[in-house]
Amino acid sequence: MNTRTNINTLKCLVPFTIAEALEMKAAHPDAFPIAGGTDVMVWMNDGKMPGRTYISLHRLAGEWRHVTGTSDGGISIGALANYTDVRMNPLVIERWPLLVESARVTGALQIQNRGTLVGNVANGSPAADTVPVLMVYDAVLVLANTKGERRVPLSDFYTGYRQTIMDGSELITAIELPHAALQPNQYFRKVGTREAQAISKVVCAGGSTPGGKQFRLAWGSVAPTTIRSFKTEETLANGADAEEAWEVLKTEISPISDIRSTAEYRLRVCRRILEEFIGHQSVS
Amino acid sequence: MSIAPPYRYIGQSILRREGREKVTGASRYVDDNVIPDCLHGKTIRSTIAKGRIVDISFGEGIPWDEFIIATAKDLPRNVVVLIEQDQPALVEEFVQHKHEPILLLAHKDAGLLEDAARAITITYEEDKSAAFEIGEGSLQKEYLIEEGDIEKTFAECDVVFEEVYRTGAQEHVYIEPNGFVGWWDGDNIHLRGSHQCPYYVHKAVKTAFGLKDDRQVDILQETTGGAFGGKEDFPSTVAIHTALLARKAGRPVRMIYDRAEDMACSTKRHPSETRLRIGCTKDGKLKALDCDFRIDGGAYITLSPVVLSRGILHGSGPYKWEAARLVGKSYATNSPPYGAFRGFGAPQSLFAIESAMSALAEKLGMCPVEFRRKNFLKKGDVLPTGQALEGDPMLDAIVDKGLQMADYWNRAKKIAPIPNRGIGLSVFLHGTGFTGSGEVYLASRVALATRGDGKVEVRVSSTEMGQGTETIFPQIAAEVLGLEVDDVLFVKPQTSKVPNSGPTVASRTCSVVGRLVERAAHDLKGKLNGTPIADYHATHGETLGEAKYQAPPGLYWDDEKYRGSAYGAYSWGINIAEVTIDPVTMHPTVENFWGVYDIGTVINPTLAKGQVEGGIAQGIGWATCENVVLEEGAMINTHMTNYIIPTTMDAPPIMVDFIENPYEYGGFGSKGVGEIPMDGPGPAVLNAVSMALRRPLNKIPIIAEELLDD
Ligand SMILES: Cc1cc2nc3c(=O)[nH]c(=O)nc-3n(C[C@H](O)[C@H](O)[C@H](O)COP(=O)(O)OP(=O)(O)OC[C@H]3O[C@@H](n4cnc5c(N)ncnc54)[C@H](O)[C@@H]3O)c2cc1C
Repeated sequence: MNTRTNINTLKCLVPFTIAEALEMKAAHPDAFPIAGGTDVMVWMNDGKMPGRTYISLHRLAGEWRHVTGTSDGGISIGALANYTDVRMNPLVIERWPLLVESARVTGALQIQNRGTLVGNVANGSPAADTVPVLMVYDAVLVLANTKGERRVPLSDFYTGYRQTIMDGSELITAIELPHAALQPNQYFRKVGTREAQAISKVVCAGGSTPGGKQFRLAWGSVAPTTIRSFKTEETLANGADAEEAWEVLKTEISPISDIRSTAEYRLRVCRRILEEFIGHQSVS
Repeated sequence: MSIAPPYRYIGQSILRREGREKVTGASRYVDDNVIPDCLHGKTIRSTIAKGRIVDISFGEGIPWDEFIIATAKDLPRNVVVLIEQDQPALVEEFVQHKHEPILLLAHKDAGLLEDAARAITITYEEDKSAAFEIGEGSLQKEYLIEEGDIEKTFAECDVVFEEVYRTGAQEHVYIEPNGFVGWWDGDNIHLRGSHQCPYYVHKAVKTAFGLKDDRQVDILQETTGGAFGGKEDFPSTVAIHTALLARKAGRPVRMIYDRAEDMACSTKRHPSETRLRIGCTKDGKLKALDCDFRIDGGAYITLSPVVLSRGILHGSGPYKWEAARLVGKSYATNSPPYGAFRGFGAPQSLFAIESAMSALAEKLGMCPVEFRRKNFLKKGDVLPTGQALEGDPMLDAIVDKGLQMADYWNRAKKIAPIPNRGIGLSVFLHGTGFTGSGEVYLASRVALATRGDGKVEVRVSSTEMGQGTETIFPQIAAEVLGLEVDDVLFVKPQTSKVPNSGPTVASRTCSVVGRLVERAAHDLKGKLNGTPIADYHATHGETLGEAKYQAPPGLYWDDEKYRGSAYGAYSWGINIAEVTIDPVTMHPTVENFWGVYDIGTVINPTLAKGQVEGGIAQGIGWATCENVVLEEGAMINTHMTNYIIPTTMDAPPIMVDFIENPYEYGGFGSKGVGEIPMDGPGPAVLNAVSMALRRPLNKIPIIAEELLDD
């Protein structure tokens, strides 16, 4: 049982412009940004939030709450766009159906109206539901600090359990997705212990390009970070069957037992999901 | 003395009295009390399951002189009285379970209180002999019920079935955690809180502070956000702590638990282990039952003996046995004490017998419905305690209605060949009111009082916690008195203002206390003798209609031998569950659920259905997803994110109906309804899942992790 954070002693900074936000972050590299707060508040309530200084981003909604198509057929999701913004967006509905599917089963309506996709990514939980989907869509993160911007593929973002390559001076300003060149029969499977408000025991997203030339498959809750199973993708592209693909996937994931499930269960379910995914892809 | 149908209010779905306030957020709960100069209280708890406190040190950087710090030494009598007096309000030296309260702190700054809590270090000498499993620790209580020659009857059986059934702990997850606010004026203590039994709290506080006069303690029940038994005994501890800090501070104190603290240290449903041996003939006539029912009582006695007793009293199910032996054992462990939870032991033992009935039917190659039907209790049949059933249980009619509602035969036929789909049922009973002589000892009293404006007040200590007390008592009183229902008011339970109508537990409120309200209304009606209330009040002043509990004639119970009529009335029911198992994840989904119940007269159909639907959802949760993860006896998944209760997305469509078979001595013919909804879902769901998987299961919660074996 934990004691709560003494919130009376915390400091919260409120920038009104992006420039101000980046300056504040540069001045306080240990500060935690707050977007929807749906992760931050939970950690705080549990006394587990290490930060003493916070930067509330909510005044930046004007600039950062966008979900807009780009000229090359991709899309940009701003740092303050929440799940509802994303799953109601006509372009997302048309081209990135897994994003809709995963956003729909993240928490429930209250969380979807509050939580952001960038928060889901930045929080770094290996159980995050939209992260495998974003990985399958080859998402790129836009990181900014007072000195400028850089673009990092999401699959290179995590370095370990809740560890990222982000520098203390940086904020994520947006997630960019290139044009989705996947077949329509894309795959998403969230394994929770209930139908809503469930943290995933296993989560998987996948798809393939027409003719099965390329496969994409990403997994949550089965390794210290969300992962793209690149080797499995490759064997599948080379025509491997479920048995062979499983032999490869087994080496890419490393599930553990925790309060929500067991390593054994996660392994077995991954195998079954893989089989289901392969069946699903060969239907069309 | 009786009002005959057609009724004006009985059987009408009068709107819930406090419903509008609750849904609009206007209700005031204990945490909404704004009290000037009030301090926040916090409990410092043990981090080990068993051992001795060697040292307590107060760390640097905290202005300790600003804090009120209370220990066991500050309490005149360090005890939380209930059935026994074994539980201290604060640990003096020896810790018996994790999260046991040791120290109390109060300060005006709630945040600083958290920092202070972190700065306290308690050193222990740990005792490695802690017990965490049923049977490891000492025996707290044992009961035996025996009828007929058990071994001789087993020897005559063609088939003997044996199995061990297990159920897990369950957390109540009332929507509002425990909390009290309190202050002293002179030698009198005032406490307001979230609880279901004001007079239990009253007795515990009076004893702990060694107060002489009942009037020195005033306990008020604030609007309570759910309880389910979880606020039967536990609030006494919170109340004593609040009062102790307030006394030491000389100022009001509030102690409001957060969810994690509440889940970690408050009571839960007793985990159980039931060893069954059942003998029958090859054509399915039940003959002998040997039931060894064991529960984990936790570190202190609390209510475990009565939970155990209700468990074995329901363990023989709604069936007739030639011979039966039911042994109940409650074991001490070093878990936080387990306590009351809707059903009070009956869901555990009924889970065992009803799971066994379906498994045994399968073994006999019989239909689970017909096998049960062959053995149902009928009017005049004798229960293992020797009680002959006076009323007709009408089980055939209840079952027929349930089967018809569920379109059972067609559905079962359609589902049978499909892998991962199943349908299961359970049939059960639940005794109304306190067990045995309990109601006689309680000697409950109620009063109705006239008012100058022509209205009448209902004064009872029976509380509203979501079930409908505030609505049904005015219905009953208005029916007798011929008043408009809105002219009967319900007084907020407060020990200085209402007589002791007993605790709000044991499915007793509508039937037992409702009967007293009915009688008190007749008493008042007799006094009024036709004079309008306002006129009578003007001439005679406040006039009371009163009633005190009287046992129904012929109801007899022998506590020593455990024989006689354990309950004056039984409610009966059938549940049917349809499930699907996800072939990839093994996650069970309850697709549809049906329930038919005889709860006697249905006083308020909407409220009764609400009770039943909520109880079914709670029962489905217990059976499927509610997994209390214990570490050294204490719950570690103390958040709503990891203690999984069903959401509206998980609850299936629930179809409910009633068969009204009135009980002569219940309020307007009613019997218990509060707990029976919890009795059937466990086994019905398990039986459905067993069918879906084509193998008999024996344990709940049914966890996907345990079903998956490639
Ligand atoms: C009841 C409930 C249910 C939930 N259900 C799910 C679920 O089903 N699936 C799921 O995946 N998650 C779930 N979550 C977790 C959470 O809602 C999501 O992770 C959400 O996307 C977090 O977004 P946020 O905007 O609220 O993040 P915040 O809490 O504001 O921040 C999360 C983290 O990201 C950092 N951060 C935020 N914005 C930026 C930025 N622009 N740049 C850099 N760092 C930033 C913060 O400092 C913090 O470390 C649930 C949470 C709750 C309370």
